[in-house]
Amino acid sequence: MLTKTTLAGLAAGVSLLAMGSAQAVEIEYWQYVFDSRVQAMDQLIEKFEAANPDITVKHTTFPYADYQTRVVAAKVAGQGPDVVQLFYGWTDQFVNGGLIQPLDPAVFPHAEIESEFFPIVSAMKRGEDYYGLPTAVRSLALFYNKALLDEAGVQPPQNLEELIAVAKATTKVDGGGNITSVGITMDMAGQDHQWWREVLVRQNGGVPYDEEGNVAYNNEAGAAALKFYTDLQTEHKVGQTGFMDEGQAAFRAGLAAMTIDGTFRLGAFEGNPFEWGVVELPADANGMRSNYSSYFANAIGATAEGEELEAAQKFLQYISSPEAMEIWLDEVGELPARRSVALTEENLADPILGPFLKGLEYAQTTRFYDEAAQRQTTIDMVNRVLLENQSVEDSLAQAAQAEQAIIDQGRQ
Amino acid sequence: MTTVSAISQAGPVRFWDRLNIGTKRVIWAWGFLALPIIFYSVIRFYPTFQAFWLSLTNWDLLRPAQFIGFANYQKMFADPLFWKVFQNTFLYLIIGTPLSLAISFVIAFYLDRVRFMHGFIRALYFLPFLTTAAAMGWVWRWFYQPVPIGVINGFLSTFGIPQQPFLRSVDQALISILIPAIWAGLGFQIIIFMAGLRAIPNTFYEAARIDGLGEWAILRKITVPLLKPTTVFLVVFSSIGFLRIFDQVYNMTTNDPGGPLNSTKPLVLMIYQTAFSSYQMGYAAAQTVVLFTILLVVSLLQLYVLREKQ
Repeated sequence: MLTKTTLAGLAAGVSLLAMGSAQAVEIEYWQYVFDSRVQAMDQLIEKFEAANPDITVKHTTFPYADYQTRVVAAKVAGQGPDVVQLFYGWTDQFVNGGLIQPLDPAVFPHAEIESEFFPIVSAMKRGEDYYGLPTAVRSLALFYNKALLDEAGVQPPQNLEELIAVAKATTKVDGGGNITSVGITMDMAGQDHQWWREVLVRQNGGVPYDEEGNVAYNNEAGAAALKFYTDLQTEHKVGQTGFMDEGQAAFRAGLAAMTIDGTFRLGAFEGNPFEWGVVELPADANGMRSNYSSYFANAIGATAEGEELEAAQKFLQYISSPEAMEIWLDEVGELPARRSVALTEENLADPILGPFLKGLEYAQTTRFYDEAAQRQTTIDMVNRVLLENQSVEDSLAQAAQAEQAIIDQGRQ
Repeated sequence: MTTVSAISQAGPVRFWDRLNIGTKRVIWAWGFLALPIIFYSVIRFYPTFQAFWLSLTNWDLLRPAQFIGFANYQKMFADPLFWKVFQNTFLYLIIGTPLSLAISFVIAFYLDRVRFMHGFIRALYFLPFLTTAAAMGWVWRWFYQPVPIGVINGFLSTFGIPQQPFLRSVDQALISILIPAIWAGLGFQIIIFMAGLRAIPNTFYEAARIDGLGEWAILRKITVPLLKPTTVFLVVFSSIGFLRIFDQVYNMTTNDPGGPLNSTKPLVLMIYQTAFSSYQMGYAAAQTVVLFTILLVVSLLQLYVLREKQ
C-alpha cells in the first residue's frame, strides 16, 4: 500500500513538473560585450524574471567586432535570438536580411511611441512599421578643460564666434611655431564628422541629406561648413589634425582646451586629472543649435513566434520601460530614450547630463548605409583641403559624389 | 552467429596477409600521407576554390549569394581606389624587398667577421623579429607624432629643423610605414644570410687569396654567386611578405585606415575593409583572387629569373 501511494505521489509530482516546464518559456537576448551594459542587462533580466516567473531570459553576448556576423550566422542556422540589440544604423541590413520582425502595433502602439520617445526613434521606422525601441540614447556636447580656460581667463563658448575666440585664447605654441596645446581638437575620425554633417551644415543654412536620403550638402552651405572646419587649422591655427594622434587622447592628456564628444566618453573622461565641464554644442550667430544623436535599439528576432514571441514582446516592453531606463542611466550612464524619464528637473540641473539632454531636444539622426565608409568620405574631404591644398568647393563636390555612391550601393 | 563473426574477422586478416611487403609499404605511406592531404583539401584548397566562386557573386552575408558574372571585376578595375592600392602594394614590394635585402646582406657580411660580442649583437638584430607587429606598429606610430609627444619631431625641433608630418602626409606616409616594416624583418634575413655565408667552404676563399684576388673580386666572384640559393629564398619570402603587408599599416593608421587619402593602403587592407566593414563579401573575394594571382605571378617570375642556369 505504502509503495503504491508513494508511486502515485511520484507520478503526480512528475506530471506536475512536466506541466511546469511546458509553461516556462525561455527566450534569448543578444547584445555585444561592454561591461557596464552587460551588468545593467543582468540586473534588468533579474527584475523581469521576478515579475514574470514563467519566463526565463538567456543573456548571450559577443565581442563587438563579430557581433553582426554572429547574428547573421545564427539566422542562417535557424537559431536566432528572440530579442536582439542593434545599432540604429544597421536597421536596413537587419530588415532586408530578414533578421528582425516589425513590432506589433497592438502591443507597441505607434501613438505612444511617437509621443513618449524622443523623435529620433523614427530612425527605427520602415514604411508603416517600427522595428525596434531603444533603452538609451547618446548625444554630443562640447567638453572643456576648466583649468586651461581659467588660465586664459575665458568662459566656455555659447556660439561659434565665441568658440573661435576661446580656442585662440587657449592655444599654446612653442618657439618654433609648433602647437603644444590645441584650443580645440580636430579629429574627423572621432565625432567631428557628425558635428560637421548634422550641425555645421545645418547652421550654415543647408541640410546634409534630402527627403529621399540623397546627399544634399554639395552647395554653399556645405562649403561654408567645411571652410569653417578647415579654417580652425589653416586660418585660426587653433587646432591640428593628428595632434596627439586622437582628439580624445589630447583632451585626456590636458593638451586640448576643448573637444566635441558624446555621452559614451563620460566614463573615459571621469578619471581625468583636471577639472572639466560640458556645455551644449555652440549655436550659430542666430542662436540656432543642432546635435547628432545615435542609439542601440532592441528588436524582436524574426524566428520568434507563438509563446516565445509573446514573451519576447513582454521583455522588450520591460527593457524600454521608464524603470529600465533609470537603471540603465545609473549603470551605463546613457540618456533615457523616453522624454519623461530623461527631462526631469534633477537630470536637467545636472552639470554633466544637462547639456547632453538639452541637445536631444533638437538632435538629428543620420541614416547611415555604411557608417565607416561614409565617415571616411568626410575624413578624406578634410585631408584633401589640408594636405593637398584642394579648394573647399572641389573637395566638397568629390566627397558628395563618393558618399552618394555608397548610398546608392547600400540601396541595392 | 559465432561463425558469421569469425568469418568477418578472418576476412581482412587474410586479405592483409596476402599482400606482399611492397604493397603494404605503399598502403602505409599513403595512410600517413592521407592525413595532410585531407587536411589541406579541407582547410586550404576547398576555401580557395570557394573564394573563386564567391568572387562571381554579390554575397553580402545577409542575403543568399547570387551569381553576377564578372561584375565585381569590372567594378574593381574601374575603381580608382583599386589602382591606388595596387600601386601602393607594388611600392611596398619594389622599395621594400631590395632595400631590406641589401641592408641585411651588408650587416650579415660584416657581422660574420665580428668576433667580439657576436652572439649579443646578432640577438639585438633578431629582437624586432620576435616582437608583435601590432605592438611595434603602435610604438612607431607614437615616434612619428608631432610635438609635444613625437620623439623624432621632438629631436628635429631641438635642432631647429621644421617638424615633419610623417604619417599625416600623403608623400611621407608610405615610407614612414615601410621603415619599421623593413626593420622588423631584418633580423630574420640576417640570420639566413649568415647561415648562407657560413655554408660557403673556406677553401674557396683561401684559393682565391693565394691567387691574389682582392676583397671586392672575392665578394663578386665567390660570395654572391654561391649565396644564390639563400638569396632566391629570401627574395621570394620577403616579396610575399611585402605584398601581404597589413599589420604595420593597420596599426599605425587605425584612425584613418590606410593613411591620409589612402596613401598607405595596401591590397590586404582594402580586402579587409570591403569584407568586414562594408560586408561586400563577393567584391572582397574578387580582390582576394587578384592578390592571389599577383602573389603567384611574382613568385614564379622570381623563381624563373633567379633559376639555376644549367
